[in-house]
Amino acid sequence: MPVLFVTRRLPAPIEALAAKDFDARLTPSDVAITDLAAKANGADAVLCCPGDSLDAATIAALPASVKVIGTFSVGYDHIDVAAAKARGIKVCNTPDVLSVATAECAMLLIMAAARRAGEGERLVRSGQWAGWAPTQLLGTQVSDRRLGIFGMGRIGREIARMARGFNMEIHYRDMTRLPPDLEQGAIFHDNDDSFLPVCQVLSLNAPGGEGTRHWLNNERIAKLPQGAVVVNAARGTLVDDAALIAALRSGHIASAGLDVYNGEPRLNPEYMSLENVVLLPHLGSATTETRDAMGRIVLSGISALLSGETPRNLVA
Amino acid sequence: MKRRLILACLTTTDVIARAKADFDAVVVEGPSDMTVDEVTKAAAEHKAEAILFTNTLPLNAVAIAALPPSVKVGATSSVGYDHVDVAAAKARGLIVTNTPGVLDECTADFGMMLMLAAARRGAEYDRIMRKGWRYRIGQGDLLGVRVTGKRVGILGMGRIGRAFAQRARGFDMKIMYHARTRLPPELEQGAEYFADLHAMLPHCDFLSIHAPGGPATDKMVGAQALSLLPDGAVLVNAARGTVIDEDALYDALTSGKLFAAGLDVFRSEPDFDLRFAALENVVLAPHVGSASKETRDAMGYRALDNIAAVLDGRPAIDPLWRD
Repeated sequence: MPVLFVTRRLPAPIEALAAKDFDARLTPSDVAITDLAAKANGADAVLCCPGDSLDAATIAALPASVKVIGTFSVGYDHIDVAAAKARGIKVCNTPDVLSVATAECAMLLIMAAARRAGEGERLVRSGQWAGWAPTQLLGTQVSDRRLGIFGMGRIGREIARMARGFNMEIHYRDMTRLPPDLEQGAIFHDNDDSFLPVCQVLSLNAPGGEGTRHWLNNERIAKLPQGAVVVNAARGTLVDDAALIAALRSGHIASAGLDVYNGEPRLNPEYMSLENVVLLPHLGSATTETRDAMGRIVLSGISALLSGETPRNLVA
Repeated sequence: MKRRLILACLTTTDVIARAKADFDAVVVEGPSDMTVDEVTKAAAEHKAEAILFTNTLPLNAVAIAALPPSVKVGATSSVGYDHVDVAAAKARGLIVTNTPGVLDECTADFGMMLMLAAARRGAEYDRIMRKGWRYRIGQGDLLGVRVTGKRVGILGMGRIGRAFAQRARGFDMKIMYHARTRLPPELEQGAEYFADLHAMLPHCDFLSIHAPGGPATDKMVGAQALSLLPDGAVLVNAARGTVIDEDALYDALTSGKLFAAGLDVFRSEPDFDLRFAALENVVLAPHVGSASKETRDAMGYRALDNIAAVLDGRPAIDPLWRD
């Protein structure tokens, strides 16, 4: 059986599956691996997670036995794919299966931020709820509003589908326009200047990386309508934290819902002092069903690649 | 001459402005809504013809009997009216109106938010963040429950229940409902009807309550009903707290029978059962289902429209009963 090194603790059913299909070297902790080359010695494949940095130097240092890297995520910005390719290492990920869970998370953030759920929770739990007051916790209605989706890939389209149940008018910004069967009536914008002013709610769903680094900056925030709601369940790097925090303090952005951060898990501590943000610890795909499906697809992709096949979750 | 109004509940500045523009209005000063005694006294002194109130004013038989004869209409800025003694109002000839229709979307939105937040552990996650996070969470830790594609049972399929169903369809949910009577197909929209609540419960991955309060639904969701749900079900209540037996709910949440609950309403408000505040697997909200600026304005305007109609000799728009 091929040898598989797993960098982190995985859901128990997935560890059991790995042990069945591979000579699996499991890691019973969540501490980041610092000596990957030594740990992967003799392994045919490595199963890593977001948070493990597989940069060019790490990949160069991998033993020659390693032919495949699988990542327990759809995003692969933590892997230097070019460096892997140069060494003849194939990379696979977990596409499709977490779109729904991540879209649910984005919808939760939209509604929780707009309706001030975090503040309401804290008020009730404090035992200080004194009853109704005229402007107490008045939020912004979600239904019938305009939703702008930045990045209309699988997750963005799932959000659009869910948001249609709320009668939201869907706008999207992407590099290319989708065909009508995927667009489903959503309104395409080929530039930020037409897109941003319509976004009463803005959902970031673009990939990370240099091309989108700090996309949501002061200049773009200024083009959003006063009182907009912003959510990010994609990548922390999409946001310039200082700009977003300033807009949340001034009220130009009414509220934000965030699942991802620059430098996570050590996020900018100023977010924690804001009442008008709902914060989640990067758990967009964290349902039992989704994590199970992610484990299955990445393990089957690794098996296929080691057998010389081309699975549909091949990244490069 | 402007008609005389008591605005007995605190409301938005826009609603107060319109009340003052259209009526000779005495407006509650706060910090709380007017009590029954304060309303009675103000109505007598002002020779008021109308009272605008909300569910903080128990308009029971005693309160109705104490109102001066000048009062012809009471408008509650709420869709629920379990705080109104309808029989006593009828006997007195007092017309009472509510505000249906204007808060359905907003309340259904909030119900969906509670369902997602309970299933996806939103409040628990937010607490982790506010303590600083700063550790790696295992891929198998703190997992929530998927909503999309699951089965949801709706208890009470009025306007809000149907708006909730519309949102749930966007999540590919299978919709079931229990109500006293079956809806016509155009309102049912493919939802499966159960005449017997207890027959529906074993199929409910999620149960969302949208029934009115009052004696007919009191503790309808009790120990027996909860025991019929599948293990790991999620309960949502954005309707009335009295529909639930809170002792039974607490037991189901602490035994693991229920995965989580999202609660916007409680049997006693605002002095709710503080045991719930100690639980991780509940998402709590202070009865804010209709608390958007847009909706609270619409509710207040609708109540004023009802009052204007009655005092102008036209039929009420939203009377609690029709003769």
